[in-house]
Amino acid sequence: MTDDMMGLVEPLIPALRRYARSLLRDVVAADDLVQDCLERVIGRWHQHRPDGNTRTWVFTILHNLAINRLTQASRRGQHMTIDDASDAVLARPASQEDRLRHRDLLRGLQALPEDQRSVLLLVSVEDLSYAEAARVLDVPIGTVMSRLSRARDNLLRAMETGPQARSAAPVLRRVK
Amino acid sequence: MTDRRPITEDDLQAYVDASLDPLRRSEIDAYLETHPDVAARVQGYVHQRTGLRAALGPIAEEPVPPDLNLARMIERRRHATATWWRAAAAVLLLCLGAAGGWSLRGTVDTSSAPVLTGIHALAQEAVDSYAVYAPDQTHPVEIRANDRSELVSWASERLRHPVAVPDLSASGYRFMGGRVVPTSHGPAILFMYDNDHGARLVLLIRRMEVEQTARMTPRLQGDVAGFTWADDGIGSSLVGALPTTTLHPLADEVRRQQRSI
Repeated sequence: MTDDMMGLVEPLIPALRRYARSLLRDVVAADDLVQDCLERVIGRWHQHRPDGNTRTWVFTILHNLAINRLTQASRRGQHMTIDDASDAVLARPASQEDRLRHRDLLRGLQALPEDQRSVLLLVSVEDLSYAEAARVLDVPIGTVMSRLSRARDNLLRAMETGPQARSAAPVLRRVK
Repeated sequence: MTDRRPITEDDLQAYVDASLDPLRRSEIDAYLETHPDVAARVQGYVHQRTGLRAALGPIAEEPVPPDLNLARMIERRRHATATWWRAAAAVLLLCLGAAGGWSLRGTVDTSSAPVLTGIHALAQEAVDSYAVYAPDQTHPVEIRANDRSELVSWASERLRHPVAVPDLSASGYRFMGGRVVPTSHGPAILFMYDNDHGARLVLLIRRMEVEQTARMTPRLQGDVAGFTWADDGIGSSLVGALPTTTLHPLADEVRRQQRSI
């Protein structure tokens, strides 16, 4: 059992850290969350089906924990400023030009509503299939597609309007 | 080129994620060549995707910190489990010792050896089942919660009585599954639950010949507490390494749900 768990779960840890950090925008809180997630995976391993998709199962646990954490934080009125957040999220200094471009992109990402942000991250960065993302988020696949489309569209507009315009209106949502 | 399927927004997303089959992909390519507006938008999405991967990719290349060492986390948990397993085993030995001492007293007349009956027998069987199955990390249950309906029909058949799985999720205990266990009073059904800390509960259910209805009776052996009761010929005992004050409301909840079947 331990060998199974090590073989199937350990390789996922770097991606779990990345997803948690991209959602929470806080290095320490994100690693805490991953630790929580792994504890649950160990404790619930008996619920894991040998033929099941381990990655989807583990990401589902992490995603639900992240959403709880975000809900609690917003209830307590905590939020990070976007500038702090981008610096914290950026893993290591790239070239100056890349760094600025990445920072802009991450600011745009963080301005997206949470449900659009998670879809975009799961699909674009974590390489989950649309069906896997639907299972993690517990929504129909059609909802994944429409959120993905809105997320990309919103992010594109945010990039086009440029940093100044964005700081005046940080959340751009297309009303549909 | 006749009857080509219309291009959908979903196709464009799948194009960006490179998840289209080659034929459909070439159709989209052809479409984008003649629709520069859409092509520019799709190009923007593709840049977004590569940009996000480049910006966030390095996080996954960082060395994993020691707090997230999976092997160590598993080891720590096993240690914690082993500790309360030892507690449960100690309780069992204590009972065996007591029972042994008591039966020695009756060596002259074996008919006077104590035979537990009614809910006291059931309570003992539940504690024994807990000591055997709760510490088991490999096969604590024979049929998992996923196959609940199979388990319920098997259990109901063996008890010749409809059995339902009580839901304790409101108290943080998830149903893990169950099995049939032997007792000297016939087959019993074991249901197991656990919480986020790995603490497990065992619920043992069987038919009662003696004491067909009995009020809820507590029992404490070391760290292991139990509550046992019977309604209309079916006895139940809930056992866990919990303070009786914590276990009691859980037992009440199980009984309440059983009565509302």
